[in-house]
Amino acid sequence: MTDLSSAGAVPLRSVAKRSILTASPEMKRRNAVEKRFRLYGLVAIALSLSILALMLFIIVRDGSSAFVQAKLTFPVTLDAAVLDPKGNGNRDEMAKVTTVGYGKVLAASFASALAAKGVDTADMSAKDVAAMISKDAPGQLRQRVLADPSLLGQTIDVTVLAAGRIDGYMKGRVTKVTAQRDGNVTPEQLDLADRLIAADILAKKFNPQFLTLPDASDQRPEAAGLGVALVGSLYMMLLVAVMCVPVGVAASIYLEEFAPKNRWTDLVEVNISNLAAVPSIVFGILGLSVFINFMEFPQSSALVGALVISLMTLPTIIIATRSAIRAVPPSIRDAALGIGASRMQTVFHHVLPLAMPGILTGAILGLATALGETAPLLLIGMVAFVDNFPGAPIGGFGDPATALPVQVYSWASRSDPAFIERSNGAIIVLLVFLLSMNVAAILLRRKFERRW
Amino acid sequence: MTVLLVILVLLALAAAGFVLGRQRALQLSGRNPRLLHSLPGYYGWHAALMTLIPALLVLILWVIVQPILVQREVTDTLPAAMTADRTALELTMADVRRLAGGLDAAVAGGQMTEQEAAMLRTEFTDVRGKLASVGVALGSDVNKDVLAAAQEYREITKTFSFWRAVIVIGAGVIGLGLALAWTKPDFWARNRVEAALMGLLMLASTIAILTTVGIVWSLFSESVNFFRQYPISEFFFGLTWSPNFRGGSELGFLPLLWGTLYITVISMVVAVPLGLFAAIYLAEYASKPVRAWIKPMIEVIAGIPTVVFGLFALVTVGPFLRDYFAQPLGLGNSGSSVMTAGIVIGILNIPFISSLSDDIINAVPQSLRDGSYGIGATRAETIKQVILPAALPGIMGAVLMAASRAIGETMIVTMGAGAAAKLSLNPFEAMTTMTVKIVGQLTGDTDFASPETLVAFALGITLFVITLALNILALWIVRKYREQYE
Amino acid sequence: MNMNDMRLTDASVDMNQSKISAKGVQVYYGDNHAIKDVSVEILDKAVTAFIGPSGCGKSTFLRTLNRMNDTIPICRVEGKILLEGEDIRDPRVDPVQLRAKVGMVFQKPNPFPKSIYDNVAYGPRIHGLTRSKAELDEVVESSLKKAALWNEVKDRLHAPGTGLSGGQQQRLCIARAVATSPEVLLMDEPCSALDPIATAQVEELIDELRTNFSVVIVTHSMQQAGRVSQKTAFFHLGNLVEYGDTTEIFTNPRDPRTEAYISGRIG
Repeated sequence: MTDLSSAGAVPLRSVAKRSILTASPEMKRRNAVEKRFRLYGLVAIALSLSILALMLFIIVRDGSSAFVQAKLTFPVTLDAAVLDPKGNGNRDEMAKVTTVGYGKVLAASFASALAAKGVDTADMSAKDVAAMISKDAPGQLRQRVLADPSLLGQTIDVTVLAAGRIDGYMKGRVTKVTAQRDGNVTPEQLDLADRLIAADILAKKFNPQFLTLPDASDQRPEAAGLGVALVGSLYMMLLVAVMCVPVGVAASIYLEEFAPKNRWTDLVEVNISNLAAVPSIVFGILGLSVFINFMEFPQSSALVGALVISLMTLPTIIIATRSAIRAVPPSIRDAALGIGASRMQTVFHHVLPLAMPGILTGAILGLATALGETAPLLLIGMVAFVDNFPGAPIGGFGDPATALPVQVYSWASRSDPAFIERSNGAIIVLLVFLLSMNVAAILLRRKFERRW
Repeated sequence: MTVLLVILVLLALAAAGFVLGRQRALQLSGRNPRLLHSLPGYYGWHAALMTLIPALLVLILWVIVQPILVQREVTDTLPAAMTADRTALELTMADVRRLAGGLDAAVAGGQMTEQEAAMLRTEFTDVRGKLASVGVALGSDVNKDVLAAAQEYREITKTFSFWRAVIVIGAGVIGLGLALAWTKPDFWARNRVEAALMGLLMLASTIAILTTVGIVWSLFSESVNFFRQYPISEFFFGLTWSPNFRGGSELGFLPLLWGTLYITVISMVVAVPLGLFAAIYLAEYASKPVRAWIKPMIEVIAGIPTVVFGLFALVTVGPFLRDYFAQPLGLGNSGSSVMTAGIVIGILNIPFISSLSDDIINAVPQSLRDGSYGIGATRAETIKQVILPAALPGIMGAVLMAASRAIGETMIVTMGAGAAAKLSLNPFEAMTTMTVKIVGQLTGDTDFASPETLVAFALGITLFVITLALNILALWIVRKYREQYE
Repeated sequence: MNMNDMRLTDASVDMNQSKISAKGVQVYYGDNHAIKDVSVEILDKAVTAFIGPSGCGKSTFLRTLNRMNDTIPICRVEGKILLEGEDIRDPRVDPVQLRAKVGMVFQKPNPFPKSIYDNVAYGPRIHGLTRSKAELDEVVESSLKKAALWNEVKDRLHAPGTGLSGGQQQRLCIARAVATSPEVLLMDEPCSALDPIATAQVEELIDELRTNFSVVIVTHSMQQAGRVSQKTAFFHLGNLVEYGDTTEIFTNPRDPRTEAYISGRIG
């Protein structure tokens, strides 16, 4: 203890004699630093959240209009002479009449409807007038008549989509100024549109077909819908749930409950954590070269998409399941073993049911992530234009399909700005699905959460 | 019998096995289950598994081996000229298969009988025309050797299929018989069944390894193909990227690497300060209710798919930067730029860094904070001088992982940075990355074996190695420096 | 063995000034009334021991003396605590400034993951107590000497503080605490994580420290209290049962609860 006596008293700028009731200048500076530091944190959070809010605002503002569409309502006389030339009401015969015939019928009825309501079309050619109707409308009318041939000869009230540029005019994308330079629409047609609105023939109506119609070509953005994408995504989610969740749970059970601590197990664990970090595009390459080239599975199909996405989602499911299994206390296992259950029985009768809420939550969240994956799907061919619905399961899993996020990308890459609106609309649908899945997961977790 | 049908028969047999096994066990114990070693159901499952598993293994083996054997048989009947080298052989065999398929369709469609198909000769019939009437289109006239080979192919395949069904189903029956013979009251059925189940679980866990093997194999083998056609040094050190499908492409990787790194750096500049400060506030300053609300809200950013961010970059951020920064400063007039993609990827990574940093900061022991407060430090001083240094390894790990994600990002870059490969310092110019080019070179109607397509694999393996290295580095840093305060 | 023989110190300190004066202190953790109406005088240049069974509130009360309880949101303090006549709970008081004057050493040694030098220098640096590197070096040296650690570490000042043994780490924490030249040193069971040899070293240290500071030590070992302190306060179930000279408490307690604790019947 000689240290102390040799130390002596070192003169320090001591804080001792100052009253604690007054703040020293040093203290003021330090408190200012403290306040600034805290402010940085708040600013960071505020900035992040406001960018999020901005993004969502823009999506909703630009995408909600995809759910209303300009439509023309007028009576259409289904002229039997044109639509059923053989005159025998035979559906197969009628099917030989193409959309050209139906187009003529529509154009004729449209012209007479305009005349009946006294809408002036003097300064326009008949072709321009007919062009107000979407080029997709004849196809839809044809489907309707073929489904119900008894309509032949009658005059029915029909609501058809208006042409894309007219829709754009009503939504503000197209103006009389831009129409002068636009090859697809003339200012006279826009004037006619004004008169049609006044005559109650043209109006913006709610458009549930956005969700049911398949994709449409560049010429017809008004008819582009999410139907095929929704079916494709649905198929893929089903397949991923069936393929990925059982395998992931089985692997987790093995790793948590049974695997011996040896190098092989270490290798497996290292692989799982590495796979979780591999970029999604690499999985796309894997899908292309192994599933499509080597195993010759059908390109752009829901099956291949689901296989690729299952491999991507597997590490997520395994990690979530393992932590759910780990959360079950050892006392439960001991109790089961103590009355003579085998290890397998302990796991399946006791541990797994208790871990199930956590596993399901993890599975739902994994599927939600899978729903939004785009890059690997591009590589297996899904970016191609698909306008036919895939067939019914199980065969339909091999038909060409597309997925929601891929549709978003595909529409965003098209030159017509009308497709940007539809892209935003698709995002709204996608986000609604994701939101419900996340809310479901949270509710599930809240309901079944146990505190050990 | 098709493979599907064989499997269905096996399944039915297995179901029967279950019932029989269970019945037999009960019967042998005189209807008294207590005398049985395992529950009666286990004897049933044992029988079912004995039926199914060996037979399935035989089936899988058969399905793999059959095409090889069939091809060898058929090749023997073809003249040597057609089978001289690998390419000729593949083309010929493709013709043979197509023709055989056409004959199958013709028979199935009723246009000819089985006998007619077997006896068809090019000398006497216009085979091409006849098949066309069934809806089978052939590119050229049918060669008589190919026709003979096709007929041989159909014969052999039929024989093989027959024996396949017989042997596989036979294996199933034998399995069932054995199982029933072994079933006795003191037979440890449960253990057998559980061992089989364990095998399945183990198999499931090897999928991770299989996937990695698959990735490495597919990337590596095709990259090797690529480097056979294009010099490796020109790829890794080339400064120009201009693929030309008519030949004479320059496939230098450096402009792509530059674009990737530039965008990653910008994204880190955005994500790290915002994410870290958000985490610090949430971990050290925020009250419980604030934290409970704000943390999930930031996590929402993480849940939004990247394609949505891509659209945001394309229609909002890009034009904004162009109109307010690039054009006034005279730095460019493109909406797609490195800045656009970098900023948006940064935003994407904010919750990643914030969440990981939050966990890491919370893991710093309270005793360190107490020690600091106890000698009169403010919160900011404690955070800056005690907590952050202690958390530094973990935070660096998080930053490296975020960088890895930025490097591998595809959609945002595709939609926000364009496809022009350039080496430029101007962040407002459009530059592209490895990931965009992988997509670009692999989609589109191109010859798969050309170097312009195969280069995507070389890019892929480079990307894979880079991201893997970053992640391993991150893990190593965290592990090595973790003991500092334990 | 007689308590007096084990003592290291001189008994009479009543002429010392009162450093901290606590009157009617109540502490609530949510609805739990943890400290009930405690009043005590802590003398300068003396060692005061807080003893009592576990859960009796002695650590809680210790933490109110330098407002460490402020870091716990559900904790509420009432009453007067005067440091040299100034109420430490006055709104004008910055707890940060207070803690430079009333330092604290904890039960489990918690050196920062920095070098030994930086550990000790931390306090003087943030409070801006020195003007030059030379001054800082002097402060570090003298603090380490005061903590009886200098000779053992003077050749490796830049080695990490976490690389020392348990006893050395605790002495490092003490050096860190005295580096700001506090007036009062609060010690919360400083030896409970140490082996007997390290404990003996720290106890010697405490006795030396009281020549410069007022020391308050919470301990669950009566023997330790008897060895190092001049004044002892006995806490039981949140109440201050008895306070007085250490020898009096241990040989002639007035309250039956004190007597029961001393003789081992409770606690």
